[in-house]
Amino acid sequence: MKKILTLLAFVAAAGTAGIAQEAAAPAQTNTGQKVPGVEMKTLDGKKFNSADFKNDGKPIIISFWATWCAPCKKELNAIAENFEDWQKETGVKVIAVSIDDARNSPKVKPYVDSKGWEYEVYLDENQDFKRAMNVNNVPHTFVLNGNGEIVYQYNNYVEGEELKLYEIVKKVAKGEKIN
Amino acid sequence: MKKNHLLLFLCLAGAAAAQGQNLSKGEIHGNFEIDAQYYNPDSAIGAPAVPEKALMNGWGNVIYTNGKFSAGLRYESYLNVMQGFDPRYKGTGIPYRYATYDNGGLEITVGSSYDQFGSGLVYRAYEDRGLLYDNALDGVRVRYTPAKGVYLKGIWGKQRTFFTTSPGIVRGFDGEVNLNELFDSCMAKVKTQIILGGSFVSKFQADQDPTFVLPENVGASAGRLNLIRDITLNEATGKKGQINFYGEYAYKINDPSTVNGLIYKPGEAIYSSVAYSQKGFGLLLAAKHIDNMNFRSDRTATGNAAMINYLPALTRQHTYPLMAYYPYATQPNGEVSWQAEMSFKLKKGTLLGGKYGTDIILNYSAAYGLDSTNLHDEAGRRFGYTAEYFAPGDQYFQDIHIEIGKKLTNKLKGTLMYASMYYNKNVIEGKSGYPLIPAQVAVLDVIYRFTDEIALRTDLEHLYTKEDFGSWALALAELSLAPHWFIAAMDQYNYGNKIESKQIHYVNGQIGYLRGTSRIAIGYGKQRAGIFCVGGVCRFVPASNGFTLVITSSF
Repeated sequence: MKKILTLLAFVAAAGTAGIAQEAAAPAQTNTGQKVPGVEMKTLDGKKFNSADFKNDGKPIIISFWATWCAPCKKELNAIAENFEDWQKETGVKVIAVSIDDARNSPKVKPYVDSKGWEYEVYLDENQDFKRAMNVNNVPHTFVLNGNGEIVYQYNNYVEGEELKLYEIVKKVAKGEKIN
Repeated sequence: MKKNHLLLFLCLAGAAAAQGQNLSKGEIHGNFEIDAQYYNPDSAIGAPAVPEKALMNGWGNVIYTNGKFSAGLRYESYLNVMQGFDPRYKGTGIPYRYATYDNGGLEITVGSSYDQFGSGLVYRAYEDRGLLYDNALDGVRVRYTPAKGVYLKGIWGKQRTFFTTSPGIVRGFDGEVNLNELFDSCMAKVKTQIILGGSFVSKFQADQDPTFVLPENVGASAGRLNLIRDITLNEATGKKGQINFYGEYAYKINDPSTVNGLIYKPGEAIYSSVAYSQKGFGLLLAAKHIDNMNFRSDRTATGNAAMINYLPALTRQHTYPLMAYYPYATQPNGEVSWQAEMSFKLKKGTLLGGKYGTDIILNYSAAYGLDSTNLHDEAGRRFGYTAEYFAPGDQYFQDIHIEIGKKLTNKLKGTLMYASMYYNKNVIEGKSGYPLIPAQVAVLDVIYRFTDEIALRTDLEHLYTKEDFGSWALALAELSLAPHWFIAAMDQYNYGNKIESKQIHYVNGQIGYLRGTSRIAIGYGKQRAGIFCVGGVCRFVPASNGFTLVITSSF
């Protein structure tokens, strides 16, 4: 009897451990990729870490661009035309990360100001964030859901792309899944 | 029974402990690109016969991240490398691999790393896939933030050249202090942000020269200052402007190399910029003086190999093909250059602004050689020459540029550009016998949106010059069918060439399919060397005739 009880206790413990691992597994699994924490500069010269991107549970658009990349500028300007409406409807935030190197980074703030963009703009001069986010070339745009997970990304810009982007953002704002 | 209770307790405790082991799951991501081309020999355009007939560049990056740890590698394959790239990229291998541990304030990387000190005047390791430029440092890199506002970096290793490393050993240190962050209590009311930085880089390369006594340890140091201040323009509306001043000075001790003709003169560089911007207006002024700043981890290296530093070119980076026909690259042996750029938006509703507003950019950039005095001391001291600070000599380059962007109707947008350039082909391309080439370039880029999905972009360009290969005309039409397809056709016509048989039409077409992060594009036709932007992405492409294929994706 004592031996059976010990054996049962062992099995119960092993079973609990097994269930505990399995129960823990879904909680550990990321349902989506999170943005890695990389240091960048703000347009005011301060350091900022990408792990601190937040938007109170609302969607975020991260767009990699450069002052020499005409399609990138077209995309960000096309979004700017409707940005006020987008923000009112979904609360989306646009984070524009410039991969300009020392040659062109002094031009970023004058360009952003001259266009009147209402985005958060960061300088990724060493391109650490670009590499960590697996970006090959620009433009490359990501959509993050309320949990900061990447749910959609694309690596090009054709006229009208921003309309599709907004459809995705609206779905994310409602909490729908993107496939 | 007590023994069994103990055993049971231990087993359950063990189970509980097992539940507590919460290792966050690691993630693997990567990207890859394959560029391939089939080459038809075409003597008329100067496209040589390629013995392999088809060439390919390919690479794949894989990154693994798990909490504070990340590691990655890049596999590269050149079988053989495409035309227009350094032929020393040959074969396959894994030239880039690293492992990093980031403990918040201290980050250590072993293996390959990219980094920059200040604006790069003494150290910049970076990559540009479009140019196949990669001088990654293979060694150790440490980044440390001991206190708020203090950023320290240290590097020690050898630079990548092709599939190996260059002979010199590079060691360096950079410290940057943001005074406002460091002394935040007593500087809370200071409106100007003050950032100071200093760097020191030293390279060691054994002296194997039989004739000269070459310095084996060459050190370069740099100091920089960045001042940023917000100005309140209108108390009522809260309208602000910002002034940003940046200045950096670098000094390098004697560093005889193939590029500078084995002279023992030390090198100096001064780089400074002032930018003012407010909503709707931006102004940038920048100036640069470079004197003998070729700094490589192999003193015999030429081309783009083994460069330790980065000397930014103060000219506007162009991507429209005929605007970028005469591009400027910094001359490390010596140059004086400056740039002024003003960008502003004419508001919508005003007379000049029109219904939707107008964007205007004005840019003036120029580069000159140093006004140097040759010392004619090759037999003895080999100091080479002397030069004054910011004293211009021969003209190397000039670009006076205006760009007007306007949305005309809900469906029609256009950009008009004009540039007046001077290009010193002898100095910039290392040729001889060419006069200073003046060129006038005009570009008209119009996009018409038929529907939400279908848009047509037409690009008409004209380059006028009497020198060199003469004038060119370009017409490009790109039809995009959002979100997946694009089709483009382009003709570049060298109608102004003095040799009639060289007045050729370079016609080519491209079709591409895009989905998420993947793209596949196939092209056919004649291509002149240059930077081309089609279907949403820009790349450097050399002259050729044949089929091209690009496949890129990330996961």
